[in-house]
Amino acid sequence: MSGEALIQLSGLRKTYNVGLPSEAEVLHGIDLEVGLGEFTAMIGPSGSGKSTLLNVLGLLEQGTSGNYHLSGRDVTSFTDDERTRARHAIIGFIFQFHHLLPAFTALENVMLPALIGTSNGGGVGAALTPARMRAQAAELLDGVGLGDAMDKKPHELSGGMQQRVAIARSLILSPRLVLADEPTGNLDTHTSDGIFELLRRFNRERGTALLIVTHDPLLAARCDRIVELVDGLIAADRPNAASTSEAPSQAE
Amino acid sequence: MTLGFELTVALRFLREGRMQTALIVGGAAIGVSVIFFITAVLTGVQQDLIRRVMGSQAHVVVKPQEETVTPLVANSDVERLPSIQARPQRLNSIDGWAPMAHLIEITPGVRAVAPVATGAALAIKGNTTRSIVIIGTELDRYLRVVQLEDKLKIGVFDMRPGDAVIGIDLAHDLGAVLGDRFRVQNAEGVSETLRIRGLIDLGSRGLNQRNVYADLRVAQTLLGIPGRVTNLDVALNEMIQADAVASRLRAQTGQLVESWIQTNSFLFTAINNQNVMTYLIRTFITIVVALGIASVLVVTVVQKRKEIGILRAVGATRRQMLSVFLLQGGIVGAAGALLGSVMGLGLVVVFSRILRNAEGDPLFSLHFDFRLIGVVLVAAVVLGVLSAVLPARNAARLDPAQAIRG
Repeated sequence: MSGEALIQLSGLRKTYNVGLPSEAEVLHGIDLEVGLGEFTAMIGPSGSGKSTLLNVLGLLEQGTSGNYHLSGRDVTSFTDDERTRARHAIIGFIFQFHHLLPAFTALENVMLPALIGTSNGGGVGAALTPARMRAQAAELLDGVGLGDAMDKKPHELSGGMQQRVAIARSLILSPRLVLADEPTGNLDTHTSDGIFELLRRFNRERGTALLIVTHDPLLAARCDRIVELVDGLIAADRPNAASTSEAPSQAE
Repeated sequence: MTLGFELTVALRFLREGRMQTALIVGGAAIGVSVIFFITAVLTGVQQDLIRRVMGSQAHVVVKPQEETVTPLVANSDVERLPSIQARPQRLNSIDGWAPMAHLIEITPGVRAVAPVATGAALAIKGNTTRSIVIIGTELDRYLRVVQLEDKLKIGVFDMRPGDAVIGIDLAHDLGAVLGDRFRVQNAEGVSETLRIRGLIDLGSRGLNQRNVYADLRVAQTLLGIPGRVTNLDVALNEMIQADAVASRLRAQTGQLVESWIQTNSFLFTAINNQNVMTYLIRTFITIVVALGIASVLVVTVVQKRKEIGILRAVGATRRQMLSVFLLQGGIVGAAGALLGSVMGLGLVVVFSRILRNAEGDPLFSLHFDFRLIGVVLVAAVVLGVLSAVLPARNAARLDPAQAIRG
C-alpha cells in the first residue's frame, strides 16, 4: 500500500434491501483516494449517496461490492468487531446533530472513546489511566474554548458549544481521519465559522485528515479539495486552490 | 468515571431513567419482600407447629411387637372363613432393654435414647380422681430426647423416687399445688404416693390434663413390669430422617419402630403441602419480577437507540453494549433484593406483633434467617442478568448507522 494513502476505495457499490422489491443501488461504483492530512469537502444534492458513502468510509456500513483499504489495511470483509475496533483506532466522528450522550457531562462525553478503549479489545487508549484521560479531555475542551463548561451536561450548552464538545470527542484518541456529517448544518453562520476554524486548526496542527460532508457551498469552497457526488457517482473531484483558512466570513 | 466503561454507562443510564429504574427496582423489591415474608412466616409457623406437636414426643419410638393371634388351622381340605377374635393387648414390655438401648445409641443418626415405662393409671387426691398417663423414665436421658426443660412452668425437674412432674391442667383438676402429694393407683389397686415437684405446660390441653412424669422404677412398679420398659424413646440429629433411621432400627432390633412422620402423618403432609404451595408462589413471583425487569429494559433499549448508536460509532463493540444492559439487569436485581430484604424484615417485624396464636404468643418467632438475604441477593442478581438477556441482545444487534440516522 502506498504509505501516503489513508483511504483507497475502488469500485464501491452499495445496494439496500437486496432481494426485496424495494431493492435499490445507492452507490454505483465509487473510486476514491484520500491521503493523510487531506482536508476534503464532499458535496452533492440530497439523495446523491453522500451519507451512505460516509457510513461506508466510517466502517458503520459495508459496501455490497468493491474494495476498501483504510490506512493500509484491507477492511473490505472485516467482521463487525474488527470494523468497530478499526473505527475506534483510526476514525473520529462528528455528526450533524452533535449526538452527545445527555447523561454525561461535556468532559465525560469527550472521555468516552478513551474509556471504551479500556475494554473493547482494540487496545487503543487501554493504557490510559482515568486521570490521564481526564487531563487529555480537559486539554481538548480548553482547546475548543470550553474550559469553563467541562462539567455541564449537554442540555445546558448551546448548539455551537455542543458541536465543539463533539469535535473534542472526535479527537480524544488522535485519529488519523475525522469524518464530519454536516457539522455546521444546524448552526448559524457565525457559529459555523467558529466550528470550521476549529476543524481547520486541528487539521493543520495535528495533521488529522478531514472529510466533511456539507450542503454549504461556501464551506466547501474553503476546503482543499472538493468531491462532488451526483446520483451515486463521483461527478467531480477537484483540488481547490482558492481555499484559505483565513477566509473571512462571506455569509450574510 | 473510573468504574470501567460498561459499569459507568450502565449506572448512568439507570440514573438517567429515574422513573423506570424506580419502577423496576420497586417491583423487584416488592417481589423479594413477599418471598421473604412468606418464607419467614411459614418457617416460623411450621417450627411452632412442630415444636407444639413434637414438644413431648420422641422422633422415633421403639416398642415391642404387638401380640397377634395365629389361628391354629389343621390342614383341612374344607374352605372356611375363620372368625378370629383379636386378643386384648397386654402391656407389652421389652426385657433386657439396656443392651438394646446401647445398640440404638450407636446407630448413625441417633442423638439420644431413653428408657420409658408408660401406661394408664389413676391420680387420686382427696375425693378427686383423674385418669392419667404415667411416664416413668431416667430423667437425664429423657431430657436429652425430648426438650422439656423450657416447658416447665414452676418447680424443678427433679425426679427422685417419689417425685413427679405433672401437667398444669392436671394439677388444676386435682386442686393440687407445688409440693402437694397425690396418689397414683393402677387397675389392680397398687398405689404409690408422689410429690409434685414441678408443673409443666406441654402446649396441649389433652397432654396437660394427663401426663405425669415420674422415676422409671416407680412407674415399673405401678405398671407391674419391674425391670422392663414399654418403649425406648429415640432422638435423632435430623428429625426429617426419622423414616430412614426407623427402618434401620427395625432391622437391627426386630421391634416395632415408629417414626414421628408415621405417627403424625397429617402434620407431615400438611407441612409438605404448604411447602409446595410456597414454592409455587415464589416461582410465580420470580417470573413476574423477571418479566417486569425485561419489559422495562426492552423499552429502555428502544428509547436509547440513538445513544447506543453513538457509542457503537465511537468504538463500543457489541459485547460491550450487551454488557451495559446485562449489568443494568444485575444492578436492578441487586438493588431490588436489598430494598426488598429491608421491606421484608419490616413486614416480619410488624406481623410478628400482629399475628398471634390461640395462647396470645406470636404466631411465629422472630428468628430472621440472615443467610436468606445472601441467597436472595445472589439469586436476584442472576435473575436480573437473565431478564436483561433479551433487551441486551436487542441493544447489541442495533445497526449503528440506522440508529444514528433515525
